Amino acid sequence: MPKGYSRPQTLIDKPWHFCPGCNHGIIHRLCAEVIDEMGLQNQTIGVGSVGCGVFSYEYFNFDGIGPSHGRAPAVATGVKRVLPDRLVFTYQGDGDLAAIGTTEMVHSAVRGENITIIFVNNTLYGMTGGQMAPTTLMGQVTTTTPGGRSRNQAGYPFRVCEMLATMEGAAYIARGAVYNPAQVVKTKKAIKKAFATQMAGLGFSLVEVLSACPTNWGMNPIQALKFVEENMVPVFPLGEFKVTPIEAGV
Amino acid sequence: MGELLLMKGNEAVGEGAIIANCRYFFGYPITPQTEILEYLARRLPEVGGAYVQAESEISAINMVFGAAAAGARVMTASSSPGISLMQEGISYIASAELPAVIVNVMRGSPGLGGIHPSQADYNQSVKCGGHGDYKLIVLAPASVQELIDFTILAFELAEQYRTPVVLFSDGMMGQMMEPVLLPEINTTPVDRPWATTGMNGRSPNIIHTLYLPADDLGNHVKQLFAKYDQIAANEKRHTQFMVEDAEIIVVSYGITSRVAKAAVEMARENGIKAGLFRPVTLWPFPDKALKKAAENAQLLIDVEISMGQMRDDVRLAINDRLPVDLYNRIGLVPTPEEIYEFIKSRAREVL
Repeated sequence: MPKGYSRPQTLIDKPWHFCPGCNHGIIHRLCAEVIDEMGLQNQTIGVGSVGCGVFSYEYFNFDGIGPSHGRAPAVATGVKRVLPDRLVFTYQGDGDLAAIGTTEMVHSAVRGENITIIFVNNTLYGMTGGQMAPTTLMGQVTTTTPGGRSRNQAGYPFRVCEMLATMEGAAYIARGAVYNPAQVVKTKKAIKKAFATQMAGLGFSLVEVLSACPTNWGMNPIQALKFVEENMVPVFPLGEFKVTPIEAGV
Repeated sequence: MGELLLMKGNEAVGEGAIIANCRYFFGYPITPQTEILEYLARRLPEVGGAYVQAESEISAINMVFGAAAAGARVMTASSSPGISLMQEGISYIASAELPAVIVNVMRGSPGLGGIHPSQADYNQSVKCGGHGDYKLIVLAPASVQELIDFTILAFELAEQYRTPVVLFSDGMMGQMMEPVLLPEINTTPVDRPWATTGMNGRSPNIIHTLYLPADDLGNHVKQLFAKYDQIAANEKRHTQFMVEDAEIIVVSYGITSRVAKAAVEMARENGIKAGLFRPVTLWPFPDKALKKAAENAQLLIDVEISMGQMRDDVRLAINDRLPVDLYNRIGLVPTPEEIYEFIKSRAREVL
């Protein structure tokens, strides 16, 4: 009997290093499933990041690059200019992308660079132990906002999708989540659209995925998923912010 | 060899890159380097390559990282403050063992400094300004012709050793025009089985610089240094002029070595036994050749447009056996007369 559900070909069979309840595993898997379905395993170059996603190249079964903190979109630009027909995507967290890598992210969109960013937003720096990120919610306690994020000290959460959607070079911008099966399915569709947008040569694409960090939030996995739905989604609303119809392309 | 052309130093670097089959350039405007950028923005599309003006030198060097990982011949160029911004990326490129060429058209510094010629980035490149244990091959041309020839050489060395190579120019060489011959070279296709080009049937290629277990990091760094030992054994280059019987040897590289040569000739005409030793590779530094050249000398004079950043390497090469004076100008290329006057005054005291 054929298996209805098996490991994607582009996901290496090895144990995750992620904490229990972390959503990185689901998001890795979604990328792998989409690449399998699009038949792009042999034409994909993944560019990782620094943070909890740092080992993405150890899980994905395709060519991979480990860049420095925040510079993945610049590295991806270099790859894509040399190999314009390949699928080139970065996998970055919110510290990597929305703080130190803001410039590289914004200017990749400005250039309409034909790359995709998978942006995993868990509201803090996970790998270094839960410090405030630009995406930390107001009042949220982190190790560097022990009294909760306050306007006077640290300003407001950074909404990446809303900003990038204003740019002409951005072809597809969406935000998803993986706190329940319905959202997992929607997020997978968004990733597929983003990769298809790139393969059609339409320009820059980014999919933000809201992700639970039970360890650094001090919650159990169920509470953490609930936190995403109840506390993150109101600040980071889900949906598509910019869509370029693929038929319109090239 | 083709016809004799009159070319500006910065454009010569650009054309040298084209001749060397470099097809990708990522850069950011900064005086006095900008003509390299402008030249390649025009030339690369003509030869089927790509030019991207990055949003910063930080992005430019990381685009270089990506293009090199994708198996391309790639270059960036900047001037001193911009090269400072690239240091993190250069450390990554060295650790990832990617071939790349980085041109530094040095300008006055520290800080914003000025836009005049300088050689004050010697320590930054020769001693490596980025984090960690690594080395860079550093080439020091002294003419517009050498800017072309050494750009080509830089690509060959980068490819052969899979390591970043720095080419030193400066505000004067970048801006000056000289007649040049464009060399014709045979470029054979290079096999880069390590490149991240998409698997296309093979197992994944991974280019990274993270080695969490201490043993893995140790082995990686030791393997890098085994390669550097090989480079040091094979690639030390220098030229020398009238050093055989010289009592005073001027040690100088790049643009100042040319001026120093004229000063040495003036000294000889006036009965002073002077000579010139010119390091062509600053790393690996031609230490044994300098030691040999200095066997009969009584004094060395280090001539630089910096506060003497090369002097420690000169002293090490001769085991501190002789005094090593410094003659320098900051923000200016010294004239032959100025260097000659210094040689003359020191000759009176020492000889």
